Amino acid sequence: MTNSVASDTTIHLSDAVVALGGFPALAGVTFDVGRGELVALRGANGTGKSTLLRLCAGLVPLTRGTAVVAGVDLFANRVAVRPHVGLLGHRNGLYGDLTAKQNVQFVADLVGATTSDVTSALQRLGIDQRVATTRASLLSAGQRRRTALAALIVRRAQLWLLDEPHAGLDAAARHELDVILRDATDSGATVLYTTHEIDQAVGVPRTLTLDGGWVVSDTASTIGAAS
Amino acid sequence: MGGQRHGIDDWRGIMNAALLIARKDLQVEWRTRMLLARVVPFALLVMVLFAVALDSEPLVLRAAAGLVWLAMLFSTMLVVQRAFDIESADAAIDTLLACAVQPARVFFGKAISLFVQLFVLAVVLVTAAIVLYGVTVSGSRVVLLVTVVISATGGLALVGTLYGAVVANMNGRDSLLPLLALPVLAPLLIGASRATEAAFGSETIDMGNGWAWVGLLGVYGIVFGAAGSAAFSPLTESDS
Repeated sequence: MTNSVASDTTIHLSDAVVALGGFPALAGVTFDVGRGELVALRGANGTGKSTLLRLCAGLVPLTRGTAVVAGVDLFANRVAVRPHVGLLGHRNGLYGDLTAKQNVQFVADLVGATTSDVTSALQRLGIDQRVATTRASLLSAGQRRRTALAALIVRRAQLWLLDEPHAGLDAAARHELDVILRDATDSGATVLYTTHEIDQAVGVPRTLTLDGGWVVSDTASTIGAAS
Repeated sequence: MGGQRHGIDDWRGIMNAALLIARKDLQVEWRTRMLLARVVPFALLVMVLFAVALDSEPLVLRAAAGLVWLAMLFSTMLVVQRAFDIESADAAIDTLLACAVQPARVFFGKAISLFVQLFVLAVVLVTAAIVLYGVTVSGSRVVLLVTVVISATGGLALVGTLYGAVVANMNGRDSLLPLLALPVLAPLLIGASRATEAAFGSETIDMGNGWAWVGLLGVYGIVFGAAGSAAFSPLTESDS
């Protein structure tokens, strides 16, 4: 299902409402994100950041309003958006009994990526042979996060949705992640990630702030300007 | 013709993804040895305890087929529980749904993996019945027995996958799974037990009737395969 939203718009939300168990997790969100944009989504816990990502990934239904992501009308068919989207949730989505490499290879096999894509993604995230052949359940929180990011890279998604991607990473890995996200947008992908740390939104071209299920601020790097 | 080609490609896509998902589940099983280390010993223990409880060789011989499938049913609950625990442990089901796109692919993938594991278990339990209970299988009865094991195990895998998804997001799913699934599995238990009785050479049922029960098991599997692939999407997708 395609829509008449401008072709350079990856996310178009208009008065989007998502009710979870009768509670409006998103209470009427309106914004557009263009192709190749890098957008940070800020807000305290429980303000609807994760729900917004899951809505864009087609994992929760739109209750009311309009949501068109990657040209797909989510109200009509939210499942159809999934091939275009890579989601890194709050949890890593790994199988603890498989090795780091097996986890990434599984995702690669499902989306038709090659073994060299897997090797390249693991190297990019600094996952060496020893870590790659270790069960995910035995890895540190940071190593698991890197593995999940490697799985995201092999998907080559049009839209990257990341929930607190910097959490659990050391300084070097955080820097590498920022480079990866910028490389992704340079190659035409759109990136939307959540953070509740001001540091992680500094320098980002655009920041959206959520509160109570609403977008209360949408500005080009207000954090950078304020500082 | 174009529509037919499209339908074939859809099925090929579903089965390719399903085989990848099944391979992943079997890799997890191979690494954890859950089936060999816990389920098989549990099932064998159930078989031994049945024999001890009945305490009569003729009675055990007569009930052997039913005891094999009762042990299979109880063990299936453990295997199904494990199959869905690995998806929920780190929210891997989200990754799976995001990559696999169509929930039917996940349904058949998990069902294939369950089938392989339950087939191994069924072979162990039939062998245990031969060794522990003294049943005999020979000649054309072997063909019937193999067909019963394949069709009944297929039905168990399909129903197990469907009901595993039903309870996957519920509190207390450990106890809910047998409560919901066992009544639905009752027809399979009857059919598999009767057909296996025929394969074991029981005097109460002939081979012809045994094959008729196999036909019923086939229909049962087709019904739950169709129902499961259709229902898996609303069961695994978040509605609220």
